[in-house]
Amino acid sequence: MSVDTATVKRIASLARIAITEEDAVKMAPELDTILHWIEMLGEVDTQGVEPMTAVIPNTLRLRDDVVTDGGIREQVLANAPVAEHGFFAVPKVIE
Amino acid sequence: MSDLTDLGIAGIRDGVRNGSFKARDVAEAFVAKVSAAKALNAFLVETPEHALAAADAADAARAAGETLKPLAGVPIGMKDLFCTKGVATTAASHILEGFTPTYESTVSGNLWNAGAGMLGKLNMDQFAMGSSNETSAFGNVISPWRRSDGGNAALAPGGSSGGSSTAVAARLCPGATGTDTGGSIRQPAAFTGISGIKPTYGRCSRWGTIAFASSLDQAGPMARDVRDCAIMLGAMAGFDAKDATSLKLDVPAWEAGLSSDMKGLRVGIPKEYRVDGMPEEIEALWQHGIDWLKDAGAEIVEVSLPHTKYALPAYYIIAPAEASSNLARYDGVRYGIRDLPAGAGLQDMYAATRADGFGPEVKRRIMIGTYVLSAGFYDAYYTQAQKIRTLIARDFEQAWAKCDVLLTPTAPSAAFALGEKSDDPIAMYLNDVFTVPSSLAGLPAMSVPGGLDHHGLPLGLQIIGKPLDEQGVLNAGLAIEERAGFVARPEAWW
Repeated sequence: MSVDTATVKRIASLARIAITEEDAVKMAPELDTILHWIEMLGEVDTQGVEPMTAVIPNTLRLRDDVVTDGGIREQVLANAPVAEHGFFAVPKVIE
Repeated sequence: MSDLTDLGIAGIRDGVRNGSFKARDVAEAFVAKVSAAKALNAFLVETPEHALAAADAADAARAAGETLKPLAGVPIGMKDLFCTKGVATTAASHILEGFTPTYESTVSGNLWNAGAGMLGKLNMDQFAMGSSNETSAFGNVISPWRRSDGGNAALAPGGSSGGSSTAVAARLCPGATGTDTGGSIRQPAAFTGISGIKPTYGRCSRWGTIAFASSLDQAGPMARDVRDCAIMLGAMAGFDAKDATSLKLDVPAWEAGLSSDMKGLRVGIPKEYRVDGMPEEIEALWQHGIDWLKDAGAEIVEVSLPHTKYALPAYYIIAPAEASSNLARYDGVRYGIRDLPAGAGLQDMYAATRADGFGPEVKRRIMIGTYVLSAGFYDAYYTQAQKIRTLIARDFEQAWAKCDVLLTPTAPSAAFALGEKSDDPIAMYLNDVFTVPSSLAGLPAMSVPGGLDHHGLPLGLQIIGKPLDEQGVLNAGLAIEERAGFVARPEAWW
C-alpha cells in the first residue's frame, strides 16, 4: 500500500487542513515513508493481548453532581478572534 | 559576593533562608542574564516583574520572621506549554498567537504557591513535537554548547523542552519546567549537560498544560543537579481533581529521601538497548555508568526487554493519533488566530486557519494521526499499537522481578547541529529510541550528565524506575552524579 496525492488530500480534508496541490505532492512520499516504517508493528503476534487503556492503574473518580464553575463569560470569550453579543461568532452556517 | 547565578535551586533557597543574600538580588541577577542572552532565543516572553515580585515576597516573609515557602526566592523558567494567567502562552505555535490565558495551569500554580517566581516563558518545539527545537514558530533555540573543534556550528539544545535545557545550561535560570511525552525532558537534558526527571504518569497534573498526547504527557523539572530536581518536582507534583488521570497520592519527601547508597539494589542493563551503530563513546559512557553504580554498592544484572524495537513505531501511531484529536480544538473560533478567506464558510475557515497556523511537523503528525484513526485502518494501526504498548509495559514488569532500576544511555548521540536532521523525520524520531519505551509504560525516568564526547559535548545516562519509585530513580541518579564529577559548562559566548 502506498500513500498517493489523492489520499493526502482526503486525509487533509478529514483533518480540516487546507492543502495545495504542491504540498500534497510533497507530503505523499513523506507520509508513505513514515507509514512504511510503522508497518513493522504488523510482524508482532498480538493474539490474545489486550490493548492498553491506562498506563498506571487508576480508578475514575465520581464527584457530586453540582455546579462548580461558571459565571465567567467574559473570561471565556476573552481570547476569541471574534465575539459578539456574548457569543463566539463564526461565518453564517445557515442560509 | 560570588555570582548568584552560579547557584542552583538548593543554594538559592538555603541562602535566602539563612540571610546570606536577598531574594531580590538573586532575581535581579537572573533577570539581567536572561535579558542579555537574546542570541540563544530561549525565552519567548520575559517576565521580570513576576520574578521580582516573588523575590520581594520572600524577602518580606523573612523580614517578618515567617517560615519561608519551599521555593521562596527561587526564580525559574516556565516552558510555554503551561498556561500562565495573564502571560501570553503559545506552545511556540503561530496558531495560538495572541492567546493570553485567563487561568493558571496546576503545575505553574503549584510552583507559585511554593514561592517560586517566573523569569519568563521558554521556547520549545511547536506543540512539543520535535527533538531539536527546530519546529518552533518563533525560531530555533541555540544550545549554549559548542563543539571544541573551533567550528562554532549552532547546535540543537534537544527538544521539545529546548528553551528549558538551554536556559538552565546557560545559567539563565537555576531550574525550569519541562514536559515529556516521548523524551522531551530527558533528551534535551542530556544534550546540554543538565538533569531532568519525568515522573510517573499521573504525578503532575496535566490541567492547564497544552495537550499533545494525553496518555503520555507528563511535566517534570529540569535543573542543574539531582537534588534540585527532587526539590522542584516536590513542588510541581500532587493530586489535582481537575485532571482525571491525576494520582490521588501524597507527594513523597524526595529531597529528604535522597541517598546514593545502592547496597542491596539491583541495576538492570537491558540488552536490547545496545542498538546497531551506537557510537563507541555512548557504549563507553554506559560502561562508566555501570561501574559507578557498582561502586555505589549495586549489583548489575542483564535483563531483556524484547519489544524495545517496536516502541518507537508504536509511539508514532499513538502520539499522533492523540495529537490529531487534541489539536482539533484549534479552529479559529475560541482562541488564537483566525484566517477567513473572502466569502469563506465555516469549514473553509477551519481549514484555512489550521493551514496557516500549524507548522509543517505539527501538520505531519496530525495527518498521520488522522490516517491511522481513519475508517478501515483503526485496528491495523491504532489497536495494534495499543496492544504492543501492553507488551512493552509487560516487558518492564518482568524486568522488575530481576532489578530495581534500569540504566541506559539517554540518547544515541551527543547534540547534533541545527539543520543536520531536519529533512529526515525518521532520523529525527530515532533520537528518542531510548526514552520512548518508558514513556509508553508511564514509568519515572531521568537523565543525568555522565561525561563529554570527543567534541567536548555532554552525554547523558538514563535511569528508569518502577511505577511511583521516583525516589529510586533520583537516588541512582545521585550515585552517578557523585561519581561522574561532571563540572563542564559552556563558555558564555552569547
